[in-house]
This record gives sequence, C-alpha cells and structure tokens, in this order.
Amino acid sequence: MTKTAMAMTTTQARVAASLRRRYAAEMRFRAYGILAICIGLAFVAFLFTSIISKGYTSFQQTYIALDIDYSAELIDPEGTRAAQTLQAADYEAVIKASLKEQFPEVEGRASLRHLYGMISNAGEQLLRDRVVAKPSLIGTHERVWLLADDHVDTFFKGQIDRKLPESDRPISDEEIVWVDQWKAQHRAELRFNTAFFTTGDSREPEQAGVAGALAGSALTLLVTLLLSFPIGVAAAIYLEEFAPRNVWTDIIEVNINNLAAVPSIVFGLLGLAMFIQFFGMPRSAPLVGGLVLSLMTLPTIIIAGRASLKAVPPSIREAALGMGASRVQMVAHHVLPLALPGMLTGTIIGMARALGESAPLLMIGMVAFIVDVPHSLSDPSTVLPVQIYLWARSPERAFVERTSGAIMVLLGFLLVMNAVAVILRNRFERRWS
Amino acid sequence: MHSSTVVVVILLLASAAYQWAKSRSISLVGGTRGVRNLHSLPAYYGMYVALWCALPALALLGLWHLLGDRVVLQLVLAQMPTAFQQLPADQAGLLLNDIRNVVSGAVPMETARPEVVMAAHHWQTLSGQSNLAGGLLALCVAVLVGSLAVRSIKPDLRARNRVESAAEWALLACSGVAVLTTIGIVVSVLYEAIHFFHFVSPIDFLFGTTWSPQMAMRADQVGSSGAFGAVPLFTGTLLIASIALVVSVPIGLFSAIFLAEYAARGVRTVVKPLLEILAGIPTVVYGFFAAMTVGPLLRTVGESFGLTVASESALSAGLVMGVMIIPFVSSLADDMITAVPQSLRDGAYALGATRSETIRNVVLPAALPGIVGGVLLAASRAIGETMIVVMAAGLSANLTANPFEAVTTVTVQIATLLVGDSEFDSPKTLAAFALGLVLFLATLGLNIVALKVVRKYREQYD
Repeated sequence: MTKTAMAMTTTQARVAASLRRRYAAEMRFRAYGILAICIGLAFVAFLFTSIISKGYTSFQQTYIALDIDYSAELIDPEGTRAAQTLQAADYEAVIKASLKEQFPEVEGRASLRHLYGMISNAGEQLLRDRVVAKPSLIGTHERVWLLADDHVDTFFKGQIDRKLPESDRPISDEEIVWVDQWKAQHRAELRFNTAFFTTGDSREPEQAGVAGALAGSALTLLVTLLLSFPIGVAAAIYLEEFAPRNVWTDIIEVNINNLAAVPSIVFGLLGLAMFIQFFGMPRSAPLVGGLVLSLMTLPTIIIAGRASLKAVPPSIREAALGMGASRVQMVAHHVLPLALPGMLTGTIIGMARALGESAPLLMIGMVAFIVDVPHSLSDPSTVLPVQIYLWARSPERAFVERTSGAIMVLLGFLLVMNAVAVILRNRFERRWS
Repeated sequence: MHSSTVVVVILLLASAAYQWAKSRSISLVGGTRGVRNLHSLPAYYGMYVALWCALPALALLGLWHLLGDRVVLQLVLAQMPTAFQQLPADQAGLLLNDIRNVVSGAVPMETARPEVVMAAHHWQTLSGQSNLAGGLLALCVAVLVGSLAVRSIKPDLRARNRVESAAEWALLACSGVAVLTTIGIVVSVLYEAIHFFHFVSPIDFLFGTTWSPQMAMRADQVGSSGAFGAVPLFTGTLLIASIALVVSVPIGLFSAIFLAEYAARGVRTVVKPLLEILAGIPTVVYGFFAAMTVGPLLRTVGESFGLTVASESALSAGLVMGVMIIPFVSSLADDMITAVPQSLRDGAYALGATRSETIRNVVLPAALPGIVGGVLLAASRAIGETMIVVMAAGLSANLTANPFEAVTTVTVQIATLLVGDSEFDSPKTLAAFALGLVLFLATLGLNIVALKVVRKYREQYD
C-alpha cells in the first residue's frame, strides 16, 4: 500500500469513527428542538385546561326551590296594595318564614343564621319584583326558584370536600344536611347562569356578572377604534405614499417603532397626567380609557397599514399616474382599496390587544367597584380584563370560578376577533406575483 | 345650545354648501357640457367650499370651548362675596369642587351651602350664555366663510389642488400624532418626576436601598419621612426579567430552529399558530394563572424538596412571564434564521457538515446579531410587563437574589402607588412618575439598540 492510500484509510477510519458521534449529536440537537416545542405546547395545554377546568362551572348556578307564602301580614298588613308599601316590604322575612316552615326543627341563633344564609339576598329583589308586578300574588302560595348563596353553590358543585373537618370548610355540617335534603327532594338544581351575562359587578359572588365589564369594554373599544383606525390609516398613507425622505420622516419612523415597544403602563401614566390631570377629563370613564388605548394601538395599526401599502405593486401606482390621476386620486381610488383588507386585519389584531389590555387602565381609575352597567362614554366603568383582575384579588373562593369564567368569555371574544382577522386575510388579501 | 347640535348643524351646512358649489361651478360654464372648461371636476369645487365652510367654524367652536370654561370660572369667582376671594389656594380649590359638584348634579342643591348654590346658578347661566354665543358665532362663521368661498369659484380656480393639499396636510397631521404621543409621554412623566426630585434627591432615589413609600399623616409619626430608595425595585425587576429570559430564550430559540430548519411544512403550519396563541393571551390571564396555579404548585413542589417558597415568589412570576415571551422570541428568531441565505447552508452541506453542525456553526453565527436584537426586545418587554407581576410577585421590596422569595418590581410599584386616590403633591404619587421615567428610559434604550441591531442585520442580507 502506498503512503497516500494509507493516509486516506486512516482519514476514512477517523471519519467513520466520528460519524457515530456526529449523528448522535445531530439526533440530540433535533430532540432539543422537539422538546422545546413540546414544552411550549404543553404550557398552552396546561394554561387552557387549568382555566377551563376552574371556570366552566361558572356558567351554571345553584337554584333552590322554596314554597313562598306571600302572606299579607308580612308584605302589606294594611291591605292598601300601594306600590310604595309593596316596594318597601320586608321580603327577607318572607323568605325566612318559608325556610322556617320547611325546617321547623331548626332552633338557636347560630343555626337559624346558617339557615337564612343559604339563600342569596338576590332572592328578596326577585320576590319584590314579582309582587310589585302582580300584587294579586299576595295571600297565595307559589314555588319559586331562588339563587343559592355562594358557599352553598360551591358545595353543590362539588368544589368543597365534605370529608374535611367542619372548621376547614366554609359550609357547616347542618348546612350540608339541608342541601342533601333539598337535593333528594329535587329542590336544588344547577341552571344556566344567565345572571352572569346580564348583571354588573357585585360583592356577592353569586350575583356578580360581566355585563358591566362587557359594556365598558365595548364603549372603550368603540372610542379606540374610532380614533386609532382613521388616524392610523392616514399616518400609514402619509408615511408610505407622500412623505419625502428627510430627517422629519426618519424621526417619525423611528418614533413609531419605539412607541410600539413602550410598556403599556407608561401610556397609563400619560393618560393620568395628561388627560385626567391636565385636561380634567373624568376618571374611570371609557372615553379616557379609549383615548389611552388608541394611542397605544396606533403604532400597531400604522405598522400593519404600511406593510399592506408596501405590498401593493408599484405598477398599479404607475398605471394610475400614467392615466393622469393626481397622487391623492391614485391613493384614494387605486392603492387604498387594495390595501384596505390588510389594514383591517392589522386593526382587528390591534383591537384584540386593546381588549386584553389592563395595566394602563388601572392608572386612569378604571378599577373602581362599579355595579351599574355603563351607558355613556363618561359613565364610570370598568373593562373585562380589569374585572378579571378585581375578581382575582377577591378573597371569596367562589370568585375563583367567576374569574375563570370571565377569562373564558374574554378568550372567546379574542378568539372570534382573531378568527375574523384570519378569514379577512385569507379571503381578501391578494397575492401579487 | 348643545355643542353637538352645533357640530351637526355645521356639517349639514357644509354638505349643503357642497351641493351649492357643485351646481354653481357647473352653471358658471353653462351646464354639464361645459365642464371641460373648468380646471377641476365639479365635485372638487363642492369639497373646496365645504371645507371652507366647516373647518374654520369647527376650529372656532373648539377654541371657544377650550377657553370659555376658564372665562366662565373667572367670572363666577369674581361675582362671589369678597370673603371667598381671599381664601387660601387649597380652600378655594375645595370650594370650586363643591360648586362643580352642584353644577354637575352630583350633590343635590338642598345640601349645599347657599353661596355655593348661588355660584352654581351663576355658573349655569353664564355657561349657558357662553355656549349659545359660541354656537351662534360658529354658525355665522360657517355661513359667512362658506358663502365667500362660493363667490370665489371661477372656472380657473385650482380647486382640486387646494383640496388635495388640504388632504395631504391632514395626513401629515395624523402621522404627527405618534410624535405628539412620545412628546406627551416625555413631558408628562418628566414634569412630575422633576417635581418628585424636589422632595427626594435623585441620588437617594437611584442608589438608596430601602423602599417604603408610605407617607405619614402627621409630622411626628414614626417613620414619617418614607424611604424612596429604588434599588430593591430595580433588582427585583431584573431578577424576574432574567428568570423570564432563562425560560423563554432556550425554548423560543430551539423551537424556532426546529420550525425553521427541520419541521415539515405541515407541522410548521400547525405548530406555529399554536405557539403564537401564547402571545395573544391577555397578560391578566397569565397573572391569574401565575397566582392561582403556578404559585401554589411551586410551593408544594418546593416543600417536597424541603425548600421554602413564598406563595408570591419571583420564580412563579418569572416563569409565567417567560412562557408569555416564548412566541415573541421564537417568531423573531424564526425571522432571523429564515433570513440567512440558503447559499451559506449549501456551502456547509457541501463540506460534509451535518444539519446540526450547519445550524450551530453557520446559520446561528450568521443570525446572531438579529437574535440578540430579538432577545433585547424580549427583555424590554419583560421589564415593562405589569399585570403578571402585580398579581403574582407581591409588594414587599426585598433586596434579594433568591428567586423563592417575594420581590417587587418597578411596574408593580407604579401600579400600586397610583391606584386609588391620587393627590399630585405627595412624593408617594410622584414617585410613580419617577419610576415611570426610569422604566421609559430603560426600555427606550433597549429598544433603540435592539431595533438598530435588527435593522443592520436585515440590511446585511437584503
């Protein structure tokens, strides 16, 4: 064998020997990638199962059937049937009487307090409304389904372990006995929780709903959309189609890119110092929230708008100009209609971000406890993510379920918005090739 | 007269002016057949006049409202008994608030003091008069300027050019909003921060190691001064942000490498959007997840190893924040890796390198500047993130590097100092603006560097 051939075989041998190691390294590297993706996807799955498993029960609520005796003595002893008397009557006593009648054996102040605490105080309002609407009910009997208190509800949904010692759970032994009795008599059942979607916030978990927060979010987003979409589109058009290349344009450009990465809480500081302190706008109002969020979403919309203007091929512009159109006509009649779907997609994505934003809204006072559903842009209100934050801080156990439920509602809205954006992109965006 | 009705009337006038000007321009040249003798299409004359009709009137109305309130206020104060005019500033402010509340109906007339009620009545009449006068004036201006503009229509009036230059100015103004926003942020935050530095020296603020912003009600109370040393906040922020980066950079980077270099097209189209779901989830949801699920989980796990983990630990906040940033890192890294030209890869393959060797020795070094830029952007996002840390990291300003303890961050302190009532003269509230200034400058610095790096990198392979 010649010398070179010897060298070749040793090289080949070395290569062959190292191949195993190198292929193993290859496999390892690949496995890291798969592992990373699996970890990422596992987080997604974990997050969703954790939220959904905690939250799906909030769409149902425990109701208890009581035989209500609309006794004339308790509601309207003088028999006048005047609206004012009916409004002011003590319906709590009516409910208490009905509970007492059902469990005559219960005695002692502590036990009675437990018994009366089983029914949510929303029940009084329900009875009041019924009687005021139909005074002829007085003196009759009726079976009414009343909202159970939050601790009864939590227990009935099986979220409290009955094997725990009595002191460790929010529901006492005798209450468990009553709930079981109601269950056996088919007097307790889970029903769809319409109140969750029709009422505002409440200190009582069983009466708290997201309607107020949803209305607040809608009003805030309306302001955001009305301000940021036109301004964002106009700014994108100016920068892409009209702006001369000079220092001023460069400043605007750098500025927009930086603004897109400024922490959202800083926009809250701006809103507080500028809109509320300097201009004296009302606190907690959707108007100010919308202003702050539109400043925050503006860079997103401008960047998306410029990208979709860039995607329109120059031949369109040249053809329009060649036919004698002015630059404004070229943009308004030809470029903008083609770029609009992309701009809308960017806007919807920006709106979805604004819908989930809460930090800047904390600064401008949209964290107040507000029961009423807001109806105008200056009514004090809160928004859905802030409502989630407020409920997450509440100590009552039943609010955990509410919080997760509200998160599911929020994620549902985000899902719809993103789906619309994707559909819009797939349907209307033209690929120029 | 309500100002919104005035606006509506002005808009109606403008649309009437549009029609009038359009038909006038046509009649000037003797009907539709003569349109070619006009400089612009008739609609442009309409728009030209409509703009003249609406814009000056609307500007006047806005200005009137901006200044009118102050004038009314001065007039009301001048009418009050002299005893009230000599009140010190803070009491005068309270009085003013009382009057405002009565005017807006927040406080019923019966419960207020008679002077206040009188002033409120006076206010209402004056502001009613002011609104009426402003509205009428605006309408007059609209009619007057509009009709003057109609008169100025001639066949050789360059209406289209004028309308278009107005449109271009409007577009320019819109793009200026972004600059105004930045100026607004800088001015408002800087102004309040400078105010804060009158109370606390910047040195104490930036290098002090105790943070307890509680201000005493009385001067003789224990610990009445409050301490504003922000170092514990900075270390807490850095601790949580670095935990987040330790979680997100490897996971994000490796998933980007896999998706860009290995994964089949089908896998990529499914996995990438799934991972990006993480970016679309609101931060408040992550905060709830960190506080309710991850925090307790870490505590149980820690206990089984004999470690004491606080239920609001830096670890749980950092971990969840890291999860939030994963898609951010991975999509940026993905962009950077796919921007590396195929020829570099082909060269490496031709030399006999395996795929992983190509990636490690060729693709990653080539993409490194871009990836570093992406990581810097991720870091700036982690520093500025608020809701996760507010809900999961706690409020205790510990100067510690132990991730199992509770720490607090700059954003948490801003949020807690400003939520609730805000009197703009106490160092406690103003401290939030000083922190905001630090946060803004830090993230701005990171962003500028990162964007510069990324841009330079992109240009390299374009």
